[in-house]
Amino acid sequence: MNSYYENKLTTNEEKALLDELLAKENLTPKDRMAIPVQEMPVQDPDARIHTMSEVALGYTKTQAQLEALRCLQCKTAPCIKGCPVNINIPAFIAKIAHDDIQGAAAIIRETNLLPAICGRVCPQEKQCQEPCTLGKSLKDVGKAVQIGRLERYVADRERAQGIIALPDIAPPTGKKVAIVGSGPAGLTVAADVRRNGHEVVVFEAFQKGGGVMVYGIPEFRLPKAIVQEEISKLEKMGVRFEYNTLIGKTRPLMALFDEDGFDAVFLGVGAGLPKFMNIPGENLVGVFSANEYLTRANLMRAWDTGRAATPLFPSKRVAVLGGGNVAMDAARMAKRLGAEEVHVVYRRTRDEMPARAEEVAHAFEEGILFDFLSNPIEILGNEAGMVTGLRLLRYSLGEPDASGRRSPVPIPGSEHDEIFDTVIVALGNESNPLLARTTPELAVDKHGHIIVDEEQRTSIEGVWAGGDIVLGAATVILAMGEGRRAAASINRFLAEH
Amino acid sequence: MNKIIAKERLSEEVYKIVVHAPWIAKERKAGQFVIVQRDIDYGERIPLTIADADAQAGTITLIFQTVGESTHRLAELEKGDSIQAVLGPLGNPTHIEQFGWVVGVGGGIGAAPLYPIAQAMKQAGNRLTIILGARTKELLIMEEEMRAVADELILVTDDGSYGTKALVTEPLKTLCERSPAPDLVVAIGPPIMMKFCAATTKPFNVPTLASLNTIMIDGTGMCGGCRVTVGGNTKFVCVDGPEFDAHQVDWDNMLKRLSTYKNLEAQHHALYHEEACKLNAAIQEAEKHAGL
Repeated sequence: MNSYYENKLTTNEEKALLDELLAKENLTPKDRMAIPVQEMPVQDPDARIHTMSEVALGYTKTQAQLEALRCLQCKTAPCIKGCPVNINIPAFIAKIAHDDIQGAAAIIRETNLLPAICGRVCPQEKQCQEPCTLGKSLKDVGKAVQIGRLERYVADRERAQGIIALPDIAPPTGKKVAIVGSGPAGLTVAADVRRNGHEVVVFEAFQKGGGVMVYGIPEFRLPKAIVQEEISKLEKMGVRFEYNTLIGKTRPLMALFDEDGFDAVFLGVGAGLPKFMNIPGENLVGVFSANEYLTRANLMRAWDTGRAATPLFPSKRVAVLGGGNVAMDAARMAKRLGAEEVHVVYRRTRDEMPARAEEVAHAFEEGILFDFLSNPIEILGNEAGMVTGLRLLRYSLGEPDASGRRSPVPIPGSEHDEIFDTVIVALGNESNPLLARTTPELAVDKHGHIIVDEEQRTSIEGVWAGGDIVLGAATVILAMGEGRRAAASINRFLAEH
Repeated sequence: MNKIIAKERLSEEVYKIVVHAPWIAKERKAGQFVIVQRDIDYGERIPLTIADADAQAGTITLIFQTVGESTHRLAELEKGDSIQAVLGPLGNPTHIEQFGWVVGVGGGIGAAPLYPIAQAMKQAGNRLTIILGARTKELLIMEEEMRAVADELILVTDDGSYGTKALVTEPLKTLCERSPAPDLVVAIGPPIMMKFCAATTKPFNVPTLASLNTIMIDGTGMCGGCRVTVGGNTKFVCVDGPEFDAHQVDWDNMLKRLSTYKNLEAQHHALYHEEACKLNAAIQEAEKHAGL
């Protein structure tokens, strides 16, 4: 993790190094390997915990070019295979090295429609950066080419220049596609089928579009203006958005075909019911799902107490249960909302945390406390039904389990109590049952996830599905990958019918 | 955007609005609710039950009481204004069948959501007794509508200003003592009322449904803010409810959870009344100066 902060050069040193490298005719792999990993500037932790504004500030032009020159441009390009949407990574990075932002943006856009978002929220160290030849050569995945930061840089530079190229749209086909849910999967499908000339309507249950990118991921990690711009871009392409519409309730799924004349439907309704631990005390006052906590703060803007009508629970000592991105978001949000002490309670250790490495590092910097190898067995409360603390067990790490991670083993007799007034449960989601309940034809597995084939087709002809409602809790980029696959299949289907 | 077609003030704190919402009007069934948000940027999402709907006209009727900032803000809207977001119909419809003798208990504005259920139960061929109760005469609503569907209508007020001076549980107990006892009781009203209705019918083993109105954000199962303990298990009011077996609901837990933001709500309520008073005083002052 330290690699993020090593080898910090001053601005002048960066400039001198870049000039020197650009002056060379041909860079040898040795030259490239010698360039230090470019750290991305961030807001000072002490300042940023008092604001919602974005933590990471993005590369400067010099930093981006230096980082781009680190890429070995290896023939095997394992990074491309590591990317769920297979961006031609070495090609766009080569363009950055020569400050050709338009060129880089065009290459990314071939396969990824939301680079400003993916650059910020993808778990790159587990995807494109994990197999990076440079990282392997330097024996540290943290020293891989910082592909995510470069992707973000390209998207941000392009946006700042105000030249957002809209993709070409084929002539109208007269076919209509309904997209249910406006999260990453839905937006991807919307763009891809619209490009083929089909009429597209996106139905969203919330009052705003973006799904988890607006209700879940906080402003300090993904500014909402970026999500809104992506939606505006789709609107400019002719995609129509119908908000406050819950397909399966406001309108039955089959009515989209029978009454509204749609030819195809994509279901990207996202994850559903938040999981709880099934331990005593979970319905005490002061216990929240991370979904609820974050939705209040993000979508409902409850952090803006002067203007927002949605109330926030006043917390002093907060325990966040879980070790994923959502847990990090909730913990860091609690800190920003004024909690004095925020603990992440996780039954394994930092190495096993599923959260994005950068988010964990940022949480540490912000003073979030991590109670590793610890797990609650009961939420304690008082007579008023308010949370007063957690009863916890300590754990040690045993043998690796099916996930390859060492499994936590409780230590007998390690029971102890800690004082908290708020408990935020961030343990993932069960699938949302609403669509399946009102659409018996739709086949779901025993967990309630919609069953799809290799082309994302469901049991109903003309209906595709993708994202969390198929995968369970996954990531933005995996949802987009499913969206791409579904869109390709929808386009083929509509061409044939 | 959902336009307000009509607005009526039923009592000092109770309003009835008719809102343009064609899809909801078409799909809604007895027992379902909507989530309403006056302003999509900073407004709160609040669940409100559907009191009536006209599929032909494409409208739904909402009846609400001003209790916090959001309901006060909603009450400020007039005919012709629009509510920025109305989502629904949410929750499961009431299970309607010919049970035999159904007793509906509506407390305060609980009479509003009870009305479509009463209509549906009557249509299904049930004998229908309705108990309407309120703190005082002013707050007793839906009397005429209920009289039109019920075979028997019992009116009670806490202060005796209208109907019999009693709590709804008193006539409910009397009905349970009849032989045969009611086949089903549906109680909708303040949680404390529903809790005591459940306690009243329990000894008689009369199946009793309560419609819960909890804290909610999305209303689609995503946030879990609405969770309640029913028969020892956690249930989500928005996807599993809103109606539950009243004998199985952990009422004390529900009442406590409802109070999560109570202090904040009370502050806002007081603030609104204070502002309204100041405004009235200012108007009177201005009128005095103008020589009116």
